[in-house]
Amino acid sequence: MGNIPEIRNYTFNFGPQHPAAHGVLRLILEVDGETIVRADPHVGLLHRATEKLAESKPYNHTIGYMDRLDYVSMMCNEHGYVLAIEKLLGIAPPVRAQYIRVMFDEITRILNHLLWLGAHGLDIGAMTMFLYAFREREDLLDCYEAVSGTRMHATYYRPGGVYRDLPAQMPQYKVSKWHNEKQVVEMNENRQGSLLDFIWDFTQRFPKRIDEYESLLTENRIWKQRTVGIGVIGPEQAIAMGLTGPMLRGSGVEWDLRKKQPYEVYDQLDFAIPVGATGDCYDRYLVRIEEMRQSNHLIRQCVRWLRDNPGPVMTDNRKVAPPTRLHMKEDMEAMIHHFKLMSEGYCLPEGEAYAAIEHPKGEFGVYLVSDGANKPYRLKIRAAGFPHMAALETLIKGHMISDVVAVLSSLDIVFGEIDR
Amino acid sequence: MLSIEELSTKVSTRFGRLLEQSILANGELTIVVASQHLQEVCLALRDETAFDFKALMDVCGVDYLQYGISEWETNSATTTGFERGVEVGALQNAPLKQPRFASVYHLLSLTNNQRIRIRVFLNESDLKVPSVVDIWPSANWFERESFDLFGIFYIGHPDLRRLLTDYGFIGHPFRKDFPLIGNVEARYDAKLQRVVYEPVSITPRILEPKVIRRDNRYEVGE
Repeated sequence: MGNIPEIRNYTFNFGPQHPAAHGVLRLILEVDGETIVRADPHVGLLHRATEKLAESKPYNHTIGYMDRLDYVSMMCNEHGYVLAIEKLLGIAPPVRAQYIRVMFDEITRILNHLLWLGAHGLDIGAMTMFLYAFREREDLLDCYEAVSGTRMHATYYRPGGVYRDLPAQMPQYKVSKWHNEKQVVEMNENRQGSLLDFIWDFTQRFPKRIDEYESLLTENRIWKQRTVGIGVIGPEQAIAMGLTGPMLRGSGVEWDLRKKQPYEVYDQLDFAIPVGATGDCYDRYLVRIEEMRQSNHLIRQCVRWLRDNPGPVMTDNRKVAPPTRLHMKEDMEAMIHHFKLMSEGYCLPEGEAYAAIEHPKGEFGVYLVSDGANKPYRLKIRAAGFPHMAALETLIKGHMISDVVAVLSSLDIVFGEIDR
Repeated sequence: MLSIEELSTKVSTRFGRLLEQSILANGELTIVVASQHLQEVCLALRDETAFDFKALMDVCGVDYLQYGISEWETNSATTTGFERGVEVGALQNAPLKQPRFASVYHLLSLTNNQRIRIRVFLNESDLKVPSVVDIWPSANWFERESFDLFGIFYIGHPDLRRLLTDYGFIGHPFRKDFPLIGNVEARYDAKLQRVVYEPVSITPRILEPKVIRRDNRYEVGE
């Protein structure tokens, strides 16, 4: 007696500055030996009160804040916000703008899934994935830059359409002290035509690249040991926990807003919804890989349509969209419209609307309450990652400490949107 | 699949007097329920196959304190004129026609492919609403967030702690009477060798006044 040491559960701190915390997550973990007994995520370290900021600004000023929510799928956030405004205004963008939006939504989905794949691989120990994923992301970020002028925070979608039409010439590299003439010629090889040609070229290369990723991971023994049977969640529980997107589809629920509640032109395009079987980390990986292939397929359909169908990309409703510079010089009314839109913005009719899109991470919803003013009265962002983060404790209870990182990165969380 | 109109009639006949209001606008159905009936209505909406709202997508608070009040009156401007500057505090808190707060729930049925919104109005003096965590586990963090930002108490919530704001934060920042720039600012004090909190040193500014226009120019939506 008396020699038996008292065995207690050990509580320790994970993050907020931890490379596998995907941003700033503080996780209080209680372990019994190596087994997780309790996990208490402390979020909000990146809380910027985006929703309150939006209440103090005219509607269009907030589009830029949307990019900064989930900063790896920028245009999709804008899309949700813009759709909510359009729903309340009762306007629809021109068809060409809808195709452009769909195309960039899918480009964004690939961007998001690539970053997820790279980070997920890095967390589990497959470092090559990160380098591969960023190689492809570079091309897609160039598409962002070509169309909006910025590589990440695009502010490209506007209520009533998109800011401008796709450029006819893809920007090219110039000779610099880092790249000599020979290199530049090589780098500009697929940039000779328009942006659409560049995207088309990408979609031709990309499926082979996905095969490369898969040849590294899908049948990899270590990868499977780390992900198969880890963080399992069944379909009923996933629905009750509010999981959406690949998290829900990984559990075998065939639910995709692009199919079930189609917006823009998704109902006219051909694509499939991949679903998993067991709802573990491995299935979520497979679902996301297949989603990248489907996105690639969707982008090709959009490129084909956009090549054949020129047209306006912005509504001609001058109470919402500013007139062209040329009009403003000649037309008094156009100038007044421009002045009012740039200073005061536009008012939304009194009411409320909830618009949801299939964001790369799940359902991204925007709940907008308007009292008839030029600013939102209340803007609530239903971030896809928020309920996923809340489900973390359920997912990792009973697992080993090392699985925390695998499960955490399989959630595909970004704190910009969780903390808002 | 039922249309939203059919769902509306179905909900109205099923719940009858439990609903204070049922609004169908923008293709969305909103029902207003008193807080004492919330759990009963939610359970029925989740479990009855006609509704089957198995997923709670969102819970959020709304503060109606300044609803419909503009910072810049423009109706009389043709006769009186107006100046550009808008004073902070121009948003006078008018007596409210409705309770100040609301807790809003967005439900989704995957089998029927439908959405419904439930709104519970709450008086400032009695900011309590039964928690729906037992009905949908996803409510857990959403209710914590709403409690944090608006100070709405979700009775029966197992762990009603602040979620998004800082440790030791005072106040509920998304209330309309909470200033946008906050009340305190943080700074590292070299002497004390720690971060200290002080009252904010900047003055709030309105860049673009809030204007409400109800004239026919804004009757868009052809």
